Amino acid sequence: MDFDVIIVGAGPGGYVAAIRASQLGLKTAIVEREALGGVCLNWGCIPTKALLKSGEVYEQLHHLADYGLAADKPRFDFAKVVERSRKVAGQLNSGVGFLMRKHKIEVIEGTARLEKGTPAPKVVIAQKRGGERTLQAKHVILATGARARTLPQIGLEPDGDRVWSYREAMVPKAAPKSLIVIGSGAIGIEFASFYRALGAEVMVVEALSRILPVEDEEVSTAARKAFERRGLKFRIGATVKKLAKSKTGVVVEIETGGKTEALEAERAIVAIGIVGNVEDLGLEALGVKIEKTHVITDAHGATGVPGLYAIGDVAGPPWLAHKASHEGVHCVEHIAGQPPKNLNAPIPGCTYANPQIASVGLTEAAAKAAGRKVKVGRFAFRANGKAIAAGETEGFVKTLFDAETGALVGAHMIGAEVTEMIQGYALAMTLEATEAELHATVFPHPTMSEAMHESALDAYGLVLHA
Amino acid sequence: MTDILMPALSPTMEEGTLAKWLVKKGDTVAAGDVIAEIETDKATMEVEAVDEGVVEEILVEAGTEGVKVNAPIARLSGGSEAKAPEPKAAEKATPEPAPSKAEAKSEPAAKAEPAPAKVASAKSRAGERIFASPLARRIAEQKGLDLSNLTGSGPHGRIIERDVKDAKPGAKPAATAASASTERRGETRPVQSLQQMGIPEGSYDLIPLDGMRKTVARRMTDSFRDVPHFPLTIDLEIDRLLEARGRINKMLEKDGVKVSVNDIILKACAVALKRVPEANASYSPEGVALHHHADIAMAVAVEGGLITPIIRKCETKGLAQIAAETKDLAERARTRKLKPEEFQGGTFSVSNLGMFGIKSFGSIINEPQGAILSVGAGTKQPVVRGDQLAIATVMSVTMTCDHRVVDGATGARWLEAFKALIEEPLAMMV
Repeated sequence: MDFDVIIVGAGPGGYVAAIRASQLGLKTAIVEREALGGVCLNWGCIPTKALLKSGEVYEQLHHLADYGLAADKPRFDFAKVVERSRKVAGQLNSGVGFLMRKHKIEVIEGTARLEKGTPAPKVVIAQKRGGERTLQAKHVILATGARARTLPQIGLEPDGDRVWSYREAMVPKAAPKSLIVIGSGAIGIEFASFYRALGAEVMVVEALSRILPVEDEEVSTAARKAFERRGLKFRIGATVKKLAKSKTGVVVEIETGGKTEALEAERAIVAIGIVGNVEDLGLEALGVKIEKTHVITDAHGATGVPGLYAIGDVAGPPWLAHKASHEGVHCVEHIAGQPPKNLNAPIPGCTYANPQIASVGLTEAAAKAAGRKVKVGRFAFRANGKAIAAGETEGFVKTLFDAETGALVGAHMIGAEVTEMIQGYALAMTLEATEAELHATVFPHPTMSEAMHESALDAYGLVLHA
Repeated sequence: MTDILMPALSPTMEEGTLAKWLVKKGDTVAAGDVIAEIETDKATMEVEAVDEGVVEEILVEAGTEGVKVNAPIARLSGGSEAKAPEPKAAEKATPEPAPSKAEAKSEPAAKAEPAPAKVASAKSRAGERIFASPLARRIAEQKGLDLSNLTGSGPHGRIIERDVKDAKPGAKPAATAASASTERRGETRPVQSLQQMGIPEGSYDLIPLDGMRKTVARRMTDSFRDVPHFPLTIDLEIDRLLEARGRINKMLEKDGVKVSVNDIILKACAVALKRVPEANASYSPEGVALHHHADIAMAVAVEGGLITPIIRKCETKGLAQIAAETKDLAERARTRKLKPEEFQGGTFSVSNLGMFGIKSFGSIINEPQGAILSVGAGTKQPVVRGDQLAIATVMSVTMTCDHRVVDGATGARWLEAFKALIEEPLAMMV
């Protein structure tokens, strides 16, 4: 037996699972074909936050007068913006390398595939440095992640030049003057927000009836208005028929309610969802159940094949780094025989556009669809002292409580730095707080978080500052 | 629509068993109709409807244990707000309204709006904290669940929503039936199942814990553990008492009253408590309560347990009255028809096992009383008088004292006073 646990994929699911396994005294190896930290750290969460910060600061420069400040001719050096983002990713990537060494986790660079074995499938690795290595462990955890979904038949496929996925969109040589973003989920909206902040003409195309379709409808509506104020344009309920390349850029044919329209821009970003990385791993031969590019697992990540587990994006939605980490830790603790800590943990979702959007739990529509009677509280940041002082009065906090039990069912926020606040509600939900505890909690003044308190009060007709 | 709520039959009642429904879905009830029977720790009471209407739904099935006070138990059509029905003592001859009645009325009616949790037993009675999430507490309260009956599946055994969501009022812990047999409240050590302690499953019959058994278990465990108790034993000669009793009963024969030895003991206890008032005391964190009256509780064995009805102001009552009261109380205790105020409280207890030939024993204090007297059998024994052997009927009594209020010397002085009264009953007249 070479290892207790081998983890395939070193993204936020895999490398966190490896650390936890090592903490539990398990001899652990992790296989990565590209870069430690996975998409999140190298091509996703982290580098986009670096880009967005540049965009946000630049946007602020245009509003200096609001704060009694002035600067001459704000401009940006796009190459340096991208360079900073890459540096941030690089720093964190080496940080993961350090963590692997610290926890004595063997990092194997290469591409893994699985073969039949006992007590778990064998892991055969085509090593980057050459040669093949076959390893047997007691447990194998698949954490291979996901990649951008494409639709080549209608041209929705990155070409590395004019049509981008998140990956190309993160490192272009120059900022486009015009851009079409296809898909208004978190990834699409973040890039749209970033490039708009740098001055591009941006059109977002969404097939569903509203942007950020997973968010609460009120938040979607407010977000759209906020983005439109910043000059973003939207085509909602619009199906992409075809994306073609023109001499100067791209032409996207869309159909909205029977009407067709040709949109033109220098570049297009395809952000129409993701697919799990389930190919070339030998999963079919092992009999792993796969549905819509995702491995089917039980609550602990077990695939049904002895000794084989799957976590994170490859095991299905929501496709979020923190969900992958949570599942990774849970899976390893399960392997080590520990009782589950929080199987049904509410998973917050964040979109780092300007303004930011954050939510946890059910939307109002989902709660109602589930037959729950809810009490709804709202509080707008325009009535919050700190928000007024900071000039960040856009947005609101919406809370949903079960009308019978007072359980916090969901929380939805839009506004400045709401992504930093949502964990307050996530904690409340994990602790199974009711409105009584949220009402009784003291929120510091002056902070934007006071709006979280007020929203909970409002749900029970007790709001103080509205 | 009106929710009928579980009534509080007494100020201290926390939960009860919904023993029986006398109405069913679709029945029309008028105010004053008896709709259900509720069994508390020690008594069975009838519940009357406050409003008229049609029974729309029975929310708590008959036989459900541990139904929290104010939990909805049925729904009537008509009316607008939830009302606790008036509990009515089974005995109609009660001259004054049961305190529970006023209590139920003065309690704000539960509204549909969940008020901030009144905290379903945030602490167990023994002060042991039950770890439960706020939501679990809220749901438990709404469903009338006793959290102490539940096993938590959250971190560190915390009771979370999942544990209460599907639990039914009165449900036993999910663990083995055997571990259910131990009341968790008042326990300071983890509950082990009988199997864990080496008694194989199937080798015994399990009698479910009824309200009385639970109450006895909890109160005795709490008392024996928390009250620093000690026994004082003394022998009494009761020949004069027996003789006096014979003459008294002859006098009362025409009234059909018969005074028992125990009745005289009760009276002697009451008089002794007036003579040594320090022994008629209760411990409380605020101070030592010295009771104005000697309310003597007498232990009555009933099927499935015991109960301690009280002779109030016993020191003021004559033997004939005491005899009549004990007879009535004991009878109604055996048919579980006592009103809560007839067995709750008391300042001193007497437990008599003499009729079983028990020579002497030490009872467990019935909190918050300061002492309990255990009475053994009276038997003819050789006694030394001067330097001569003689025969006397001797009875041993043991006083268990709560050392926080009754010290050794106080207990001894009380026993001295008691002995004087028993050995010369005429002294009770003085």
